[in-house]
This record gives sequence, C-alpha cells and structure tokens, in this order.
Amino acid sequence: MSETTSGLEALLERGYQHGFVTDIESDTVPPGLDEDVVRLISRKKGEPEFLTAWRLKALRHWLTMREPHWAHVNYAPINYQGISYYSAPKARKDGPKSLAEVDPKLLETYAKLGVPLHERARLAGVAVDAVFDSVSVATTFKERLAAAGVIFCPFSEAVRTHPQLIEQYLGTVVPYTDNFYAALNSAVFSDGSFVYVPKGVRSPMELSTYFRINALNTGQFERTLIIADEGSYVSYLEGCSAPMRDENQLHAAVVELITLDDAFIKYSTVQNWYPGDEHGVGGIYNFVTKRGECRGKNSHISWTQVETGSAITWKYPSCVLRGAGSIGEFYSVATVNHHQQADTGTKMIHIGANTRSTIVSKGISAGQGQNTYRGLVKILPSAHGARNFTQCDSLLMGPRCGAHTFPYIEAKNPTATVEHEASTSKISDDQLFYCQQRGIATEDAVNMIVSGFCKSVFKELPMEFAVEAQNLLAVSLEGAVG
Amino acid sequence: MSALLKIDDLKVAVGEKPVLNGVTLEVGRGEVHAIMGPNGSGKSTLAHVLAGRPGYTITGGSVTFDGRDLLALAPEERAREGVFLGFQYPVEIPGVNNVYLLKAAYNAVRKHRGLPEVDAFEFLGLVREKMKFMRMDESFLGRAVNEGFSGGEKKRNEILQMLILEPQLAILDETDSGLDIDALKIVAQGVNSVRGSERSIVLVTHYQRMLDYIVPDFVHVLVNGRIAKSGDRTLALELERRGYEWVSEAAA
Repeated sequence: MSETTSGLEALLERGYQHGFVTDIESDTVPPGLDEDVVRLISRKKGEPEFLTAWRLKALRHWLTMREPHWAHVNYAPINYQGISYYSAPKARKDGPKSLAEVDPKLLETYAKLGVPLHERARLAGVAVDAVFDSVSVATTFKERLAAAGVIFCPFSEAVRTHPQLIEQYLGTVVPYTDNFYAALNSAVFSDGSFVYVPKGVRSPMELSTYFRINALNTGQFERTLIIADEGSYVSYLEGCSAPMRDENQLHAAVVELITLDDAFIKYSTVQNWYPGDEHGVGGIYNFVTKRGECRGKNSHISWTQVETGSAITWKYPSCVLRGAGSIGEFYSVATVNHHQQADTGTKMIHIGANTRSTIVSKGISAGQGQNTYRGLVKILPSAHGARNFTQCDSLLMGPRCGAHTFPYIEAKNPTATVEHEASTSKISDDQLFYCQQRGIATEDAVNMIVSGFCKSVFKELPMEFAVEAQNLLAVSLEGAVG
Repeated sequence: MSALLKIDDLKVAVGEKPVLNGVTLEVGRGEVHAIMGPNGSGKSTLAHVLAGRPGYTITGGSVTFDGRDLLALAPEERAREGVFLGFQYPVEIPGVNNVYLLKAAYNAVRKHRGLPEVDAFEFLGLVREKMKFMRMDESFLGRAVNEGFSGGEKKRNEILQMLILEPQLAILDETDSGLDIDALKIVAQGVNSVRGSERSIVLVTHYQRMLDYIVPDFVHVLVNGRIAKSGDRTLALELERRGYEWVSEAAA
C-alpha cells in the first residue's frame, strides 16, 4: 500500500501485445503509378472499356491534385510513386496446411476477438476448404441470396456480370474528383464488394465480409458499392477484426451507398488495422472516403463504426440527404492508443425537406493518442424543417493523450433545428477503485467503464458484432489501458 | 480465536501530511465496532486504507486480516478475500448496468472461493430477493451504476451489494449520512441481517443516531489520527451528550 500511482497509470505503461505479421507471397507489379499501370490493372481484371476510361480520367485528375493537410494528424510525406498498385496473392501452397501448423498465439488472439473457427483458419492463411467445409456454407448462403434476388459479389465480378449497374451508379456518390484519395482509389482500386437489393426486398441475412469466400486479400484500395432499390433493406457488416498482413502502409478505400425511395441501408464497420507499435512505428494510414446518398424520399442510411486500429485514421462516413423525409445516422466509437491519430467524424448534408440526422460520436484517447471529431452539418436552403442532433463525447485515459472536437454547422434554412452536445471526461480513479473494491480486476474494470461509455453506439451494432466490438475494444486497449 | 482484523500502530500520510498517527485496533469475528470522531480525525482515511484506495502512503505499522498481511494485497484481492467498503460517496459509472457490475463482482468473489460462477438468470433471482429486502424498486435493475440515484438510493445500493457479496468484514463509511429516518431504518435492517458469528462490521460515523439501530459491541473515538478512547455503546451516548471536545482534551 506504499505505492501512490494509480492502477490506471500502471496499465498505461504496458506494451502492445497483439501485433503480428504473416508473410504472404504475392504477385506484385513494380512500384509506381502511370497510365500503363492503370491499364494493366484494368486488363488483368478483364474490365469493359468504360471502366478503363473512367480509371484513366481519375488518374489524370489525381495527378493535378495535392494531398490534403487540413486534418489534425501528422505523418511523414508519402511517396506515391514508391507504392506498388497491384498485388495479388500467389497460390498459397507453402502456407500452413491445418490449424495445427498455425502459431498458437495467433489463434489465441482470434479466439479473444470471438472470430469463428473457420474464419480464424482463413485469416491465418490455412487452406480452408481442405479443413473445413466453408465452401458449401458459402454456396448455401449464395443460393438464399439469389433466391431473394440480392446480388452480393466481389466488385470485379459485378463488373463482368452486371456492368450496366456499375456504369449507372459508380462514382455517382463519390465522384473521382471528390478528393485526393478518392481520385487515387478510382484510378487503381483493386476489388471490394458489390451489393444490389431489388425493389421491396428485405435481404434475408446480414451481409458480411466475413462469410464471403472471395473476400480474401482484396488489397488496400477497395471499392464498395451498395444500392438499395425502392423499399428494400440491407444490413452490411464490414469486419476488419484481424490485424492486417499487408506490407503496404496506405489504405485508401471508397464506399458508396445509394438508397432509393423508402429503402434502408445499415452499414456497420469494426476496423482494426495494424495500429503501429508503441513508439508509433509502422501501422496503416487509413484514408477512406465513405458516403451514402439518400436519393429517394423517406430513405434511410445508418453508419455505425468502431475504429480501434490504424496508425492514422482519416474517415468521415457521410450522408447526403436528398430525398424528402430521408434519415441519416452516424454512430461512432474511435479509439486511439500509443501514438495513434484519428481524425474522424461525419458530414450530414440536408437537401430535402424534413430530412433528419443523428450523430453520436464517442472518442477514446489513451497513451499519446490524438483523437479528433470533425463533423459538418449542412442545411441547404431547400431543406425546410430539417433536424439534426449531434452528441460528441470524449473519454481521456492518462495525462498524455488528446481529444479535439471540430463541429461545423452551416444552416441556410431558418426552419431547421440543429442541436449539439459535447462532453469530455476521464476514467476517474474513483470509478476504478469502486470496481476494484467489489473484487473486479483493474483491466476488467477499465473495459467495463469504457464499454459503458460506448453503450449508445454499441447498441446500434448487430448483436454478434456488438459482442465482437466489445472484445476488440478490450484487446486494443489491452497493453495500454486494459 | 485470533481477531479477524488486527491493526497495529498504523501510520498513514497523504503526501507529506500525517493523517493516522498510530492506530491500534482489533476486531474479532462477529463483532460490531463503531468508529466515531470529529471531522478530519482520520476516520475515512482508515476505512480507505483498509480497502486499499490509492493515494495514501503507509509510513508505519501493520494490518493483518485473517492472518494475512492485508496491506500487501491489491484492492481487488482484498475484496475477494472478504473486505467490503460501503462508500460514503458511491461513484456514478454511466452506461454500466447495476446488475452487470454486481454480477461481475459476485462471480469474481465466487471464483476466488473456488465456487462455480452463476449465470444471469440465477443471479437475477438472488438480486430480486435482496432488493425486496432493501425495499428497492424494480427499475433499479435497468439503471446504470449509481447514475441519477438519490443519496438514500446510493446508500441502499451499497448495503444491497454487501448483502449479495457476503463479506467477512464490512467497513461502512458514513453510511448513515444523508439518510432520512425511514431510509436509515432500512439500511440498519440490512446491516443487522448480516450480523452473526462469521461477519464483522466496522461502522464509521459522526453521529450516535445510527447506533440506536445498529447496536455496536465497541465504540472507539478517533482524534488526531489516534484512538483516544474506547468503550461500549454508552460511550456513544456520552459523546452525543458532551461532544468530542472532552475526549480530545483528555487525550492531549
């Protein structure tokens, strides 16, 4: 009882315990980016002429752009000509043949994350179909979706099988001119997901990247396009709940969502890319453009994200509320530890009458992490009766981290209502001691308090994901906070 | 039989400032001790140090609990061994459900005792029964830990936790403060229900009032970080009548 430092500080001193690297042999083009590389990517994927032309326009535009520096993050300059823009994994004949050959520590981490066994095997690079019957699992689920008329396939497959839908919708929410990273992605995107839900159809299951057999190693320039036709509903889960194996540092994805009249897309993300070590070395730069457009009346887009990974996160899942009476939502938990930096938030652009938006952002900062909420609520003159509610809470753990909030509000219609609430708090030693005095270990106590702080976001996640998110949060704060 | 709790010449400082200046006290199994004293005499410090709250420096003396060196244990280990602190100001933990915390605590203690953990259903049965005893509303089950609780509700919740965790030693830090007479009776009833040969209770209080309902075996007066006088319950009545000054003067 002679120690005077708190349990919290002691925990903060500990190191990251779940970083690991898996080597994968891959088929990679030499570093550099020019029109030939873009043509090569397009040709390797057997793309139609319109898409090659679109990629080239994007590249030409990108070459005229400058990297943005308005975000509250710091990093050394990126040499875009030093990156390889196409990398396909080679056949994994040298990989582990069964789970028995996989590093038990790796499996332990997956178990802790609650990743299903066959998924653990896939992530560890085991030839899944030799060990588990996941092929038939995938087939059954594809059949069920097909029976409902839902198209769910890799983007590159959709380009071949449904080129008309791609041509009609690609780049209509995030045009290639949108921003530096979106332009880069448009030129070189490797793969991603495509979803189309036909009129009046409620997707018979949650769509998840986990259960997509073809979701292996889609690379760091993913492109996802989800279209919900009139009156349809789909819930899409994007899980990156395993540390990333890729050598490259830059991850610049684009996600476009489109809802037509009365449609609803629920998009949930749990992001856990490699955050770098405790000294801030390594890690992923996650520069992602995610945007949904409620194109039809009374349509609804809901983003939920739990961001625990990446060295730097630059990400603003947004909603363009065009259709009258449409609804946009953004629920976010962003955690930074060690030297991680996150600049994340949302944009709610109210165009249609009686559009509504809700923003709930929970930022957790630990170690020397810097966490920024950046949000824009824009009410255009046409948005009569528009309403927004924003709540932004920050939780600080330890004395060296930071929380920053930049809420922008532009209201150009006098009938609009915009509310903003913000708070900053600390996990107090009193809260920790209270839990400890009831017999709860410090780490469990921290997890409990943090989960409580995030509750209003976690409850928006689909059930299984919510459990996983809590576990993930625990793992990511472990080795630093608990 | 040796005492459950043995405090021997305990000296404690907060920063440079000495707060306890050699407290010696033995609490036997099944005994109820009341610790009284004026503001700033070190009563709450003693309660906190026994529970292992960070921020205090032990400058001398020792504490043994059930034969073990209590001060060498982490706060959660003390709790699992059976030391319970009823807080004077129970802290709010937003978003964390009451029952969730309590179940985690209950299972941590059970695990430590080598008993199987209980599931949510079984636990809820136990909580309901104890809540009824403490006359607590069902709505309590759905609320976050101490969030939006009145002073009386917080104190009742502390006693509820004690009833469920069944500690060997319960230290109740000014559990009577901020209670109206009805709530005081309920809290006292809760405390009295756990009195027995296996359970020891240390009541830290300013006022004699609670001792009308929880009759102590011993009363100690803490003045300037030392026990200045000990006696039976008549001492509390005398303090009520004469105040603390005469004890301080006698001790000086």
